[in-house]
Amino acid sequence: MERLIVAGFGGQGVLSLGQIIAYASMYENKNVTWLPSYGPEMRGGTANCSVVVDDNPIASPVIATPDTLIAMNKPSLDKFVDKVKSGGLVLVNSSLISEKVKRDDVTVVYVDANAVAHKVGNDKASNLVVLGAYIKYSNLFPKEVMLSTIEKVFAAKPKFIESNKACFMAGYEH
Amino acid sequence: MAEKKLMKGNEAIAEAAIRGGCRFYAGYPITPQNEIPEYMSWRLNEVGGHFVQAESEIAAINMVYGSAGAGGRAMTSSSSPGISLKQEGISYICGAELPCVIVNMVRSGPGLGGIQPAQCDYFQAVKGGGHGDYRMLVYAPNSVQECVNLMYDAYDKAEKYRLPVMMLGDGMLGQIMEAVELPPMKDPKTFPKKPWATTGEGIGKTRRIINSLYIVPDELEAMNKKLQKVYDEMAANETMVEEYKLDDAEIVLTAYGTVGRIVKSSVDLLREKGIKAGLIRPITVYPFPKDAFKRVGEMPCVKEIVAVELSTGQYIEDVKLYTECRKPVKFYGRSGGNVMSPEDVVDFVLKEVK
Repeated sequence: MERLIVAGFGGQGVLSLGQIIAYASMYENKNVTWLPSYGPEMRGGTANCSVVVDDNPIASPVIATPDTLIAMNKPSLDKFVDKVKSGGLVLVNSSLISEKVKRDDVTVVYVDANAVAHKVGNDKASNLVVLGAYIKYSNLFPKEVMLSTIEKVFAAKPKFIESNKACFMAGYEH
Repeated sequence: MAEKKLMKGNEAIAEAAIRGGCRFYAGYPITPQNEIPEYMSWRLNEVGGHFVQAESEIAAINMVYGSAGAGGRAMTSSSSPGISLKQEGISYICGAELPCVIVNMVRSGPGLGGIQPAQCDYFQAVKGGGHGDYRMLVYAPNSVQECVNLMYDAYDKAEKYRLPVMMLGDGMLGQIMEAVELPPMKDPKTFPKKPWATTGEGIGKTRRIINSLYIVPDELEAMNKKLQKVYDEMAANETMVEEYKLDDAEIVLTAYGTVGRIVKSSVDLLREKGIKAGLIRPITVYPFPKDAFKRVGEMPCVKEIVAVELSTGQYIEDVKLYTECRKPVKFYGRSGGNVMSPEDVVDFVLKEVK
């Protein structure tokens, strides 16, 4: 079972990051729940979603101690970092978070996501850069699964597919 | 295997309603159920149905009253404050013995309250939020797939008993996405005839009246007795409950809807700690699974029951009532839109139970 919290500012694509993982899980015949925060948070505040992926039917979609945290901004890191289970994984968007994680019982991966996305030429896809790094470090799914998921999820916006895949790979090879 | 689709609970309920025969929707926007009218607004048009964004919740429920009276498969949805506004209409629909579906994706109250998930409309849903001795068939699904499965047949049930079916969810259930398998579209031609509906057919032969006014006491009492018979029959046929690891349980957790699912994880966590925990989850909160709860009350292994809910203590009253107070029942709840985690419930059990 993988229990993941993705958190950041509204507009950073944290909900869609979680959704891409949810789609990939469905395509891989896993059970998945995607539970978003909703409401006033979305107006400029923090947004987050909880994603649970499991081979077995999922009971609780509510996560108290995530296996993984993806923090896209500082308030999100501050809010969730202490909840990550010991031995868990924390991905930090170091473009917006300058400080280091103080815990030594979790694996921390710093990704300069905004800079990488800018370099690839798709400023909006910093979330996909972090997704790439997450998949690399978590081994949740093979990268091919994620690339084909990106193709399916963005099928209605074909002009973004290649640059989104490029951002994902840039994060994966980070 | 049918193709799977990733859907929000709200969207899935809307699609399952249409596949189950819904061709008329009226509603007024409110968080956290706005995906239902949004989905209906384009999807109903594709199947030759009708969508109305009404001027108010009261207008919407009365449009449903009209559509149902004319024999349609009609639906409205809202969240707590909006459902309160609909109560007069719901009572009239029950008095007029009309089938329809009402969705309540509950948010925290009282008053306008907040927009986050809650279960604080339990009394309103199962004890009759409007006036008069009426009941509805009230489903409390715990997953997007269960939303689909229950919604798909909801009109068949509503028409069999001629009463409203309520889907009682919460903000989480509306917003959560899960992969679902959707059943095929039902063919409206196969739906049972409604000899009572005001369709305009057979003019001059049969006079059909949709009304909830019975001014003669004996007639109204007879009508009430008839309704009670319907509710008894519904209780005999439609009661649904899930039991999990109950056979040897010493601590029985009980909850409905999304919380029933959170608590299922608590049962597993408690079992990992060597505590024999089990779960009983009503799927219909009306009719309440009386027999299953009576059995729990009579099970020698059961030492204590914990009712868990997103309110300050409503569901617990039925738990006590139907276990006939044979076992101590403790209460664990959150309110205001806060949601407990499985671990919170475990902590409560470790501290407060035994």
